[in-house]
Amino acid sequence: MAIFLNENSKVIVQGMTGAEGTKHTKRMLASGTNIVGGVNPRKAGEKVDFDGTVLPVFGTVKEAMEATGANVTVIFVPPAFSKAAVVEAIDAEIELAVVITEGIPVHDTAYFWAHAVATGNKTRIIGPNCPGIISPGKSNAGIIPANIAGSGKIGLVSKSGTLTYQMMHELKDFGFSTAIGIGGDPIIGTTHIDALEAFQADDETVAIVMIGEIGGDAEERAAAYIKDNVTKPVVGYVAGFTAPEGKTMGHAGAIVSGSAGTAQAKKEALEAAGVKVGKTPSETAALMREIMQSL
Amino acid sequence: MDLYEYQAKDLFAAHGVPVLPGDVATNPADAKAIAAKFGQAVVVKAQVKTGGRGKAGGVKLASTPEETEEKATAILGLDIKGHIVHRVLVTPASDIAEEYYFSFLLDRANRTFLAMASVEGGMDIEEVAATKPEALAKIAIDAIKGVDEAKAREIADAANFPAEVKDQVVDTIVKLWETFVSEDATLVEVNPLVRDPQDKIVALDGKVTLDENADFRHPAHAELVDKQAENPLEAKAKEKGLNYVKLDGEVGIIGNGAGLVMSTLDVVAYAGEQYGVKPANFLDIGGGASAEVMANGLDVILGDEAVRSVFVNVFGGITACDAVANGIVKALEILGDSATKPLVVRLDGNNVEEGRAILAEANHPLVTVVDTMDNAAAKAAELAAAGV
Repeated sequence: MAIFLNENSKVIVQGMTGAEGTKHTKRMLASGTNIVGGVNPRKAGEKVDFDGTVLPVFGTVKEAMEATGANVTVIFVPPAFSKAAVVEAIDAEIELAVVITEGIPVHDTAYFWAHAVATGNKTRIIGPNCPGIISPGKSNAGIIPANIAGSGKIGLVSKSGTLTYQMMHELKDFGFSTAIGIGGDPIIGTTHIDALEAFQADDETVAIVMIGEIGGDAEERAAAYIKDNVTKPVVGYVAGFTAPEGKTMGHAGAIVSGSAGTAQAKKEALEAAGVKVGKTPSETAALMREIMQSL
Repeated sequence: MDLYEYQAKDLFAAHGVPVLPGDVATNPADAKAIAAKFGQAVVVKAQVKTGGRGKAGGVKLASTPEETEEKATAILGLDIKGHIVHRVLVTPASDIAEEYYFSFLLDRANRTFLAMASVEGGMDIEEVAATKPEALAKIAIDAIKGVDEAKAREIADAANFPAEVKDQVVDTIVKLWETFVSEDATLVEVNPLVRDPQDKIVALDGKVTLDENADFRHPAHAELVDKQAENPLEAKAKEKGLNYVKLDGEVGIIGNGAGLVMSTLDVVAYAGEQYGVKPANFLDIGGGASAEVMANGLDVILGDEAVRSVFVNVFGGITACDAVANGIVKALEILGDSATKPLVVRLDGNNVEEGRAILAEANHPLVTVVDTMDNAAAKAAELAAAGV
């Protein structure tokens, strides 16, 4: 089954003709993603050749959906134009919008999230500032390298891109149903809880790795959710134990404010919910390995 | 980016929020001159980006220009929770009838903004929230609708602001919201918001945090950066477009991706416990990891005199490890004799064999290649301890 993205997903790319969009459209195509077109109002009607795959460019998301039946959009447009791009995707009622762009002002993210809520949450938003989502062997919407790990029964949800790659690499012999990078911004669309809920309901997923980092209380809330709702085994990892108070550590949302948002508090909350938490990524992978071998 | 009180109040004033006049002094003589200009009792306030100034002796009343000079002498140079006072704000002393609290902030959990208001201001609001939660009104703000007069009145009513000043408070709330939105702030806080004996409302203090992701539409915000207070290594890194945070340790860290670098710091801290060494910095070189970026990163880290070893931790996702390895080799060429500290390199992922082969071939005397992150961290800690 996988979650949010599968072999039937038809993907368009907003910002397909830009440098990042072009590079990653090629990579997504190479990993078997069914990309059916791109969106760029200034290049509508043109066709773009990606190493032999010719894709049409549409003026709007709505036109692209009508012409191709697309149900997923991956957004690479620059920060200044991201709000408009996401609002357009929401208004077109596309099922899934994956916002890769890093550096979107948080007022803009708050705006498009409020817009999604006000219009009935018809579009699932992943990101922003995230690597996207991959259901190995089925579809890949974003920038996660498809060659790290194949399909399998582990579900992975993470705030961090490179830690997603690291964990997929460590557990590549088991493989993944879906790996999803939810992003490191203070406001994000899909949360740890959304992914946990979907993994719990997904027949293909037998165990879940959850990666968090300092800032906010998403991990604490996820812990409470796990305690009450998740029966599949969950292994956790939290980055940022040594982060000083008041400093943003790379991700806009990764900041310890006063006594709030510490890695220690997150780890304790997860452990109190019965989640085994690794001290390092490798130890976390070893914990999952034990679980997979015992199933 | 956090602003100083005087910068926050300048923004308030620009958006019509009532504030008292005031000027900033960097030496006692200037403070005295400012007090003489006001011709009345003043308050001398340390300008530091941390709370608890009053308790630390950073806020003092002065009734004459001479006394202002004395108080400024005492406050300038104070260390308040690690922040050295380089400036004081001199502002007319005001009579206070009541102290309130008000803020707009980001509500991460609810993915929107929040207004917090209380008629019990002047003290630590976290304490009010903990001991008298009913005295703190929290109202969610719709990011699209924002705060108009009706919403501001709803907030003022919820917090039970007195009738005599409610209209002024409502007006101030609307203007604080304008400040919050039009400056792309993630926090606007007034504590205390004051009612004077003549029933006038004034923002007596101000705290503002700006969203650096929005700098592209606020060129004026660049002037608010306090270059003097910036760590010189952080300033140098910023100039080169590197994401660097100086920490208090001996093992320099370079990695790709914020999460992996945070994780690397933790793993080095664990490994360093037995040697008494810690990570010296956070440095995320991002996806590219070209020779130039690697050289810039190494240059910044080796400029930190506390650094005894460097741990380069890269997972080749989009980046290929051979490109990273070439980057390291070329970076060491570029740096030449200025590279003097041992480098522990851990590469994994895309093209890892090619990457390790390039480093083996180069056989640089400073470079040790270690297969796993945990073992590499242990090696880097050991080398840092040996170099101390």
